[in-house]
Amino acid sequence: MTYIAKPAVRNPALPKNSLGLTRRDYEGKISTLCAGCGHDSISAALIQACFDLDLPPHRLAKLSGIGCSAKTPTYFLGAAHGFNGVHGRMPSLATGANLANRDLVYIGISGDGDTASIGLGQFVHAIRRGVNMLYMVENNGTYGLTKGQFSATADVGSKSKRGEVNIYPPIDLVRLALDLGAGFVARSFSGDKDQLVPLIRGALTYPGFALIDCFSPCVTFNNHEGSTKSYTYIRGHDLPIVDLIPPRQEITVDYEPGARQEVTLHDGSRCVLRKLAGDHDLNDRAAALALIEEHRRRGELVTGLIFLDPEGQDMHMRMNTVETPLNALRYEALCPGAETLASINAELR
Amino acid sequence: MPVGRCNEFVVRCANVNGTGSSSANALLARAFYRMGLPIAAKNIFPSNIQGLPTWYEIRVSEAGYTGRRGSADLVVAMNPQSFEEDVASVCPGGYVLYDSTKSINTARKRDDVTFLGLPFMGMVQQHTNQRKRLLFKNICYVGALAALLAIDFDVLTGLIGEQFKGKERLINQNVEALARGRDAALAAFTCPLDFHAERRDIVGDKILVTGNRACALGCVYAGATVAAWYPITPSTSIAEAFGEYCARFRVDEASGRNKFAIVQAEDELAAIGSVIGAAWNGARVFTATSGPGLSLMSEFLGLAYYAEIPAVLFDVQRTGPSTGMPTRTQQSDLIAAAYASHGDTKHVLLFPSSPKECFEFATVAFDLAERLQTPIFVMSDLDLGMNIWLSEPFAWDDSYRPDRGKVLDYAVLESGTSFYRYLDVDGDGIPYRTYPGTHPARGAYFTRGSGHDKYGFYTEDSAKYRENVDRLRRKFETAARLVPEAALEAAPGSPLGILYFGTTAEPMREALEGLSQRGIELDALRLRAFPFTEGVLRFIECHDTVFVVEQNRDAQLRTLLLAEAGIAPEKLVSILHYGGLPVTADFLIGSILEHVTPSMQRPTTGAAS
Ligand SMILES: Cc1ncc(C[n+]2csc(CCOP(=O)(O)OP(=O)(O)O)c2C)c(N)n1
Ligand code: SF4
Ligand SMILES: [Mg+2]
Repeated sequence: MTYIAKPAVRNPALPKNSLGLTRRDYEGKISTLCAGCGHDSISAALIQACFDLDLPPHRLAKLSGIGCSAKTPTYFLGAAHGFNGVHGRMPSLATGANLANRDLVYIGISGDGDTASIGLGQFVHAIRRGVNMLYMVENNGTYGLTKGQFSATADVGSKSKRGEVNIYPPIDLVRLALDLGAGFVARSFSGDKDQLVPLIRGALTYPGFALIDCFSPCVTFNNHEGSTKSYTYIRGHDLPIVDLIPPRQEITVDYEPGARQEVTLHDGSRCVLRKLAGDHDLNDRAAALALIEEHRRRGELVTGLIFLDPEGQDMHMRMNTVETPLNALRYEALCPGAETLASINAELR
Repeated sequence: MPVGRCNEFVVRCANVNGTGSSSANALLARAFYRMGLPIAAKNIFPSNIQGLPTWYEIRVSEAGYTGRRGSADLVVAMNPQSFEEDVASVCPGGYVLYDSTKSINTARKRDDVTFLGLPFMGMVQQHTNQRKRLLFKNICYVGALAALLAIDFDVLTGLIGEQFKGKERLINQNVEALARGRDAALAAFTCPLDFHAERRDIVGDKILVTGNRACALGCVYAGATVAAWYPITPSTSIAEAFGEYCARFRVDEASGRNKFAIVQAEDELAAIGSVIGAAWNGARVFTATSGPGLSLMSEFLGLAYYAEIPAVLFDVQRTGPSTGMPTRTQQSDLIAAAYASHGDTKHVLLFPSSPKECFEFATVAFDLAERLQTPIFVMSDLDLGMNIWLSEPFAWDDSYRPDRGKVLDYAVLESGTSFYRYLDVDGDGIPYRTYPGTHPARGAYFTRGSGHDKYGFYTEDSAKYRENVDRLRRKFETAARLVPEAALEAAPGSPLGILYFGTTAEPMREALEGLSQRGIELDALRLRAFPFTEGVLRFIECHDTVFVVEQNRDAQLRTLLLAEAGIAPEKLVSILHYGGLPVTADFLIGSILEHVTPSMQRPTTGAAS
């Protein structure tokens, strides 16, 4: 039950960040998701990243659509305002919220159904506008909350728990985001905290639209034989995942190009990440698209930071809005007053 | 209206759309106004960019009737397509001014009207550019009308000078076209006609403005900083005019940067989503739309109602779906707006009836939205929104400060005041809220649809749910005490009442006088808001029969009265106008006469005040 707060035990030994806050100060209510759900690992990674970045928790705003994924903002950053909106429409809420106050840090949480189906239009337009936010897709290839229907990111041939086989090709949100001009595009995996946390840090500090399409297994409806987004599938296939090293200082991973790295998943299983040896030009959109296509043909999923536009523009830059958040402008600075109205009346005669 | 009176006539210009006629017709309308005469101008246009018939009706009325009259005393028949129909619309004894450059089949011409042919196309042959020919042809007929209707030529040239300020060549070409038309008419006909214009000083300081422009300006004055919208006739010009005024008054001088943000969203779902996101985050924000857009906004409106987020919507109503009659007027979104969305939702509606009220209701809407923490709909219509109206000038009190409602700021939170998002602290059903980012340790809450208890915590408990939605009902009762009271427009003390709203107001004023001349008196109440105020309920109670006049087929206002105020159905008699054109006084008089005879009237003491 989400209304049960976590016991407020304070351990003086807990490490503090520069704000004097502990990781606990970034937590939320106890999760009500299924034990082992990938979404909970993402919440944990978000908590870690915000702690690492010394972000004041109340200066973040969490927005989501509807789904198991969309419920998660309750489970992190309890000191921040949150908004559980309507299915597929988080991007427009975030757009409006960001217009009103450009000074907060926005985290949008969505699911693959929420983003790739009902909300595809809003996803596309939030990218096009360059809303300054972290847009996290907790991608499990299924509709968790409505119990296991296929989503538009499910792979062809993937089997649902009820035995149906998906006959449609998936929508690749990373490719879409690249095509639409997103400034920060990454793919990750909920089980790979070492990769995910730095990516989140990068996305939160990126001044523009930052997508993390995060593969996040649904243990209840999409973790069976025949699913291509299950832990089992990953283990069985020795994880065809390629990791790219992001260039930004705050995004670091501690293994060398070409190396294999064993990663312990939160449920105890282990998997192997393989990094791409050689250089990937992070600032080349066309190269990023080509890379994804090349690995798709090989049946591999590229993870890591895939594209970063160092000159990305956010919505406010494009709209030329004032530095002061619009919700903080004094009324006196907004109303033209009676004298001006008299001259407007005169223009209308 | 008898033909032959000075300063009491209707000119109807029949054009092909996309030929630049609207600016010529607006010039004509403004010229009468500049001569000190009250006018009403109705642009009746198709949902099309080029090639279909369009009409522009200008009513000049020294008596000050600015509703639509319907029939025309003079038709400028410039559209061969609709020629016959246009000829048929002239009053007996009236005139048809037409382009005689090409011969017109006279066989079916009426013999009770006078045909005035002038070779307008022939007058503009010197222009080689086809587009220019069309434009100047229109100006030529304005010139001819100047002679026929005794329009002050200096007024016309003055208007041209203002319109094309600094573009001497254009001014000269236009004035020359005006003069050609005028001279041709003077040479061919006895000018002026038996009805014509004469300078008066009746309009005083009144202005000519559309309701949409007034709404937009009202939003600027109310302190709106964000607008999110999707283009749809007839609401589009609200967002456009808002942008225009913001560009003039909201650019920071020092930095050159904007103290506003306007998003043309990808659709109305996104428009209202952005409105709700921005309002949640403490900005004054609005959207403008029409029926189909309102339908798309429906889901989000339910969320805003339950989660208690202020939102301001301008619904410029039109006739139904997107093909057919989207450019015609109606008041047919009442039920769609009042009950927009899933679940038990109810919304607050405001009904402006003039540009002045559009301007004022913008501020009222923002104050109410933030006070009540709920969506507020300003229900305009195409007639009010897109046509120019003679209006009292806008007025502003510089001491006005926005009512931002019950918002706890940093200082209050810091002082230790307890905060629970959905708790009814004051007994008015309105809880307190905080903006995101206010305080490091206090005031954060999680916004979601219906699953919250009074403290703002997640719940699926039915008793707690009921407690919350029952409070929402109490909040709606509070709304009924805060919305603008209805306006008692006439109170002769009749047992018969008439209730109406919006653009029915102008023709109603005229109809009431006409009925009074026929010995029929009605007490008249102009509704200004939903939920229904005390004054509306008392008015209905005090009258034997109340006519409910509205511009839709299904008597939507009457339905709301029956459902929300528990009025006996027999008491409310519907008068419904829903053809898509503005209501006329004649229609109102005729409809009321069908129901009332002077003998039905008995003296009464029960008139509402
Ligand atoms: C308008 C609307 N249609 C349908 C639903 C039902 N619904 C709730 S969640 C959901 C799918 C969620 O899938 P996804 O976004 O992938 O999230 P997950 O639960 O997998 O994290 C659907 C269809 C809804 N809430 N609203
Ligand atoms: S149903 Fe799937 S997505 Fe939803 S909480 Fe359970 S594991 Fe997670
Ligand atoms: Mg999903």
